[in-house]
Amino acid sequence: MRFLLDDGQRAFAASLDALLTAADPAGVVREWSRGDHASGRALWSRLARAGVFALAVPETYEGGLGPRPVELAVAFVELGRHAVPGPLVETVTAAVLLTGADPGIAERLLPVLASGERMATVAPAGAYALDGDAATLRLSWEPDGIRLSPGHGPVRPSLDPARRLTPLAPGGELLDAPTGQALTWARLATAAQALGVGLALLDRTVGHVRRRTQFGAPVGSFQAVKHRLADAKIALEFARPLVFGAALTLRPADAAAAKVAACEAAYTTARTALQLHGAIGYTAEYDLSLWLTKARALRTAWGDPHECRALVVSAADDRRW
Amino acid sequence: MDLAFSPADEAFRTEVRQWLHARVPREPLPSLETADGFEAHRAWEAELAADRWSVVDWPAEYGGRDAGLLRWLVFEEEYHAAGAPGRVGQNGIHLLAPTLFAHGTEEQRARVLPPMARGEVIWAQAWSEPEAGSDLASLRARAVRTDGGWLLSGQKTWSSRAAFADRAFGLFRSDPDTAKPHQGLTYLMFALRAPGVRVRPLARLDGKPAFAELFLDEVFVPDEDVIGEPGQGWRIAMATAGNERGLMLRSPGRFLAAARRLEGLWRERGGPGSERDRVADALIGARAYQLFTYAAASRFLDGEAVGPESSLNKVFWSELDIALHETALDLLGPEGEPADTDWAQRYVFALAGPIYAGTNEIQRDIIAERLLGLPKGRR
Repeated sequence: MRFLLDDGQRAFAASLDALLTAADPAGVVREWSRGDHASGRALWSRLARAGVFALAVPETYEGGLGPRPVELAVAFVELGRHAVPGPLVETVTAAVLLTGADPGIAERLLPVLASGERMATVAPAGAYALDGDAATLRLSWEPDGIRLSPGHGPVRPSLDPARRLTPLAPGGELLDAPTGQALTWARLATAAQALGVGLALLDRTVGHVRRRTQFGAPVGSFQAVKHRLADAKIALEFARPLVFGAALTLRPADAAAAKVAACEAAYTTARTALQLHGAIGYTAEYDLSLWLTKARALRTAWGDPHECRALVVSAADDRRW
Repeated sequence: MDLAFSPADEAFRTEVRQWLHARVPREPLPSLETADGFEAHRAWEAELAADRWSVVDWPAEYGGRDAGLLRWLVFEEEYHAAGAPGRVGQNGIHLLAPTLFAHGTEEQRARVLPPMARGEVIWAQAWSEPEAGSDLASLRARAVRTDGGWLLSGQKTWSSRAAFADRAFGLFRSDPDTAKPHQGLTYLMFALRAPGVRVRPLARLDGKPAFAELFLDEVFVPDEDVIGEPGQGWRIAMATAGNERGLMLRSPGRFLAAARRLEGLWRERGGPGSERDRVADALIGARAYQLFTYAAASRFLDGEAVGPESSLNKVFWSELDIALHETALDLLGPEGEPADTDWAQRYVFALAGPIYAGTNEIQRDIIAERLLGLPKGRR
């Protein structure tokens, strides 16, 4: 029992952090929000070269490095911290769905997902798919199975401008793909991304309250401010082990628990971040908004808190805690 | 990164489980906050100690099993899962003993630890004073030098277990003239039945004497009962306080077992979806605390010291404990009102969590200043 990231995993996080810090994600997000996908696609390729999507693709397929859920969680924390746009969770989910598919389809699609050549989106039939206009592989998760959707409907803006909501076109080829573990991976990746979003919000807010003075003192010296930030820190630091615990066990209830805790922590931190930034934080032009809106959207993506909590109590045998 | 315990650790778990299965009393012991209950719990400590289960992480020479931190966590998980009695000796075992291991003399360890492990001497903590709670630097009770020892005078309060305990440990001002208030404090052990000690039990919310006030009038303490150097009490006590908030005081097994009991109560009684969400949150919180502790233990075993992260711990478990027991009482409805049920007793105990071991407000200040780097300000 050694429940800590190893040196390689920490180095992977640091290298992604460096890559993303240098990439000006804020500019990328704003272009993505306007439907200009060029810089986002370029960043996507770089993330793929760093191995992010290959972590969800088995080694038996060309370009695959996985399945490596712990490293995937490490990566998604960084993607969240840097507010990277795009159907990140959906591409991972598609890779897991296709892993169980007919070998011909899997051989054809998994390598191009791993390499970043294609970006995928997945959504239950009738629900909004994320970034269907940017994705070049659209999977509709229907009661009778997974279909390759032939297209998408009009884009509808999300509360998070970086998330472009698109209904998927009906019909398309039905794949022989058991849905198995895909939802667990989707929740794990969403939880890790939310944790990263929360960490970025906390970090930026701590920086702000150290600099901002009112009544002749930094607002960060006021106990009311400190205690809200301490609570955000507590919530995030106790969500973190749930995320990595779920990555190790890959049990559905563990991923649901991680998603509840990480998304609630990120959302609470977003509320605190907005309050402590004041009106500056309420403006779209200030970068804080990139994380504020995402914290809200991730909370209901891939299983809302109520649904995930229900799974935690109903799955007592599977949960094993 | 892994969560699997070694086969040897799992064998230890099985041994613990089998012993507890055979020995845990079928009927709960009377409350340890009563005279009868205190003696019954003392006898249970002796039963644990007879098979060296009372202090598994201690060295064998003092009654332990040298089990190490991970096996201590395993032991605690099994202990609480088995519904075994509360530990009347825990102030001594978790607060005084680590201090003696770090700062005591060989003679003190040999004299104090074995009877503590056997429950023969139950220890009360005597840190707080009427004017000093979480602000220990404002302590006033005095230790004055005399032939061969010290004379203690003054008042201590909120002294847990002191109504029925045998001895106490606490900080006393031995040099009133130091420039800084946290200097000039000395850490001493004293007998609660010594001449000059008057113990006034204080009833907690439910009327049980869970703690006491101590009035000290020139109580003699020999030099051999000073822990560490005179005047260094603050530094020594702070190491213990970190321990209290950190790994050892509230083991994850306790909250996981309580959350599972809550889940059982909910299954038995049903309840609306909102109650199910609260039950889920208790389970998720207990699991988070368990995994957080595994990570902290892994860092500790890598040689890292327990630092201000222990303040994260303390706020988290104390709030989890209240939320969990509030949920239970809400599920029980009017049946939750009688004070003598197990759930009600545990609820009353949980209510004190955010107050003792350094209030949660102080812990949040520590988190903000030492973990987030925010500037110091007026409290």
